[in-house]
Amino acid sequence: MGLFDKAAQKSPWIIHFDCNSCNGCDIEILACLTPLYDVERFGVINVGNPKHADILIVSGAVNQKNQRVLKNIYNEIPEPKAVIAIGACGCTGGIFRECYNVMGGIDTVIPVDVYVPGCSPKPEAIIDGVVKALGKLEEKRKKMKEKGEENPFLPEEFTSELVEIPSLTSETKEPVSVSHNPEEPK
Amino acid sequence: MINSEQVPRSTVPFGPQHPVLPEPIHIKLILEDEKIVEAIPAIGYVHRGLEKLTEKKDMYKSIFILERICGICSFMHALCYCQGLENLMEIDVPERAKYLRVIWGELHRTHSHLLWLGLFADAFGFESLFYECWKIREKILDIMEATSGARVIISTNTIGGTRRDINSDMLEHIKKTTYEIEEALAYIDKVFFDDNTVLVRTKGVGVLSKKDAYLLGAVGPTGRGSGLPQDLRTTNYAAYGDLDFEPIYETDGDCYARCKVRIRELYQSQKLLRQAIDQMPEGEYAVKVTQKPEGEVVSRVEQPRGECMYYIRGNGTDILERVRVRTPTFANIPALVHMLPGHQLCDLPVLVLSIDPCISCTER
Repeated sequence: MGLFDKAAQKSPWIIHFDCNSCNGCDIEILACLTPLYDVERFGVINVGNPKHADILIVSGAVNQKNQRVLKNIYNEIPEPKAVIAIGACGCTGGIFRECYNVMGGIDTVIPVDVYVPGCSPKPEAIIDGVVKALGKLEEKRKKMKEKGEENPFLPEEFTSELVEIPSLTSETKEPVSVSHNPEEPK
Repeated sequence: MINSEQVPRSTVPFGPQHPVLPEPIHIKLILEDEKIVEAIPAIGYVHRGLEKLTEKKDMYKSIFILERICGICSFMHALCYCQGLENLMEIDVPERAKYLRVIWGELHRTHSHLLWLGLFADAFGFESLFYECWKIREKILDIMEATSGARVIISTNTIGGTRRDINSDMLEHIKKTTYEIEEALAYIDKVFFDDNTVLVRTKGVGVLSKKDAYLLGAVGPTGRGSGLPQDLRTTNYAAYGDLDFEPIYETDGDCYARCKVRIRELYQSQKLLRQAIDQMPEGEYAVKVTQKPEGEVVSRVEQPRGECMYYIRGNGTDILERVRVRTPTFANIPALVHMLPGHQLCDLPVLVLSIDPCISCTER
């Protein structure tokens, strides 16, 4: 990895969506941000806008009403992105899988990269999940590069074609006359 | 110039995914300029159908299902359900189990109120205060992990007592921790009570009069902040009859009063914990249950957010016919919708959080 690639690596920004959970996992995700675990020292920031995020953390199972919201949030996150399913119910449906309004785990609606089991998982496990997701993100970024898709985080290279700026002098036959005299009547 | 009556109205959606509230609730806000004139809540994003699920499982498995109604006050849900069934089947619960329930219950109340204080501080943008509150909360979670093996959903209740005991060394440790928490609280309550930044955002915001609170059926700290001295712990369930305490209430009815009630309750919880540890008798902590539930019963406990009611009907078998849950946030949403109109949009996070909403409880 060159120096430029290393410098262009980004700290992961996460977005959290509570899909159908009992709050147990949500408060553990928030606990990761607090002084005891403090993931911000690694540059992990919890953001509210999906367009700023790299990693989507979802807790809880999917139901009929929130699957549309989950898909929307997933589609709004720019590529490359990773999804982490938190908790037993996020992975498979868990204790809620027999409920009439529950469709199953997160992977019934969107592709999931990392599963964090437990009811509820400890903050250490969640941080481990985020670290694993970082590896996945890096793989995806490499694949995008091989395919030739532009990495949105890298600046455009200088070999790209220069855009021609239309010049006034060569093509316009009559140069536009601009008067600098304020006293001249219009 | 536009006449004030002709201000165009705009609609702003709040949620279901929103940085302020980790839980999904959708509130459709109708604004005139920056002023809220109407708030229409829409729920259903966390509905799972847990009441129906309890009709498929036997009554012991239902404890674990009902604990997952809400991860923050999971112990209280199990407590309410178990006490209801114990009353129905006329089981004599050992005295030690009753005290253990008080201890875990008050630990849960402490962690829930500290969690709320942090989120409330975050709602008006005071992030360092949020961190301070959650730093204190970790002490409680360490105790939970040491006594039950889990940090959040501890599953220590069962019908006829508790599933675990707490030994005397651990009780001493809990007692020591209560003093540490009081010390740490004295440091942060000055900020909540006297800091100008906090006062500007909370004092006089979202006033709910005593009459309105009563008519709208507000429960818990929302009602107590408006001067309703209503605390179900005074009905002497578990071992609360042997302990000395008074319901805490404030009369102002604004966000500041609701915050003050919760901070004072934190101190009260520490005192209750120490009393319970001092008076705790030795002996068994669970009895064997051989009866089957038949008939119906209503059970109520005081959760951190207010009154929680369970209606249970059994038909003489292991599988219950019906479990109906009425949670405190469900009772407080009418009060919230009543409070919102007339406030600025920027006050909305503070107002929504001041009732301590638990959407997961409400929708089940």
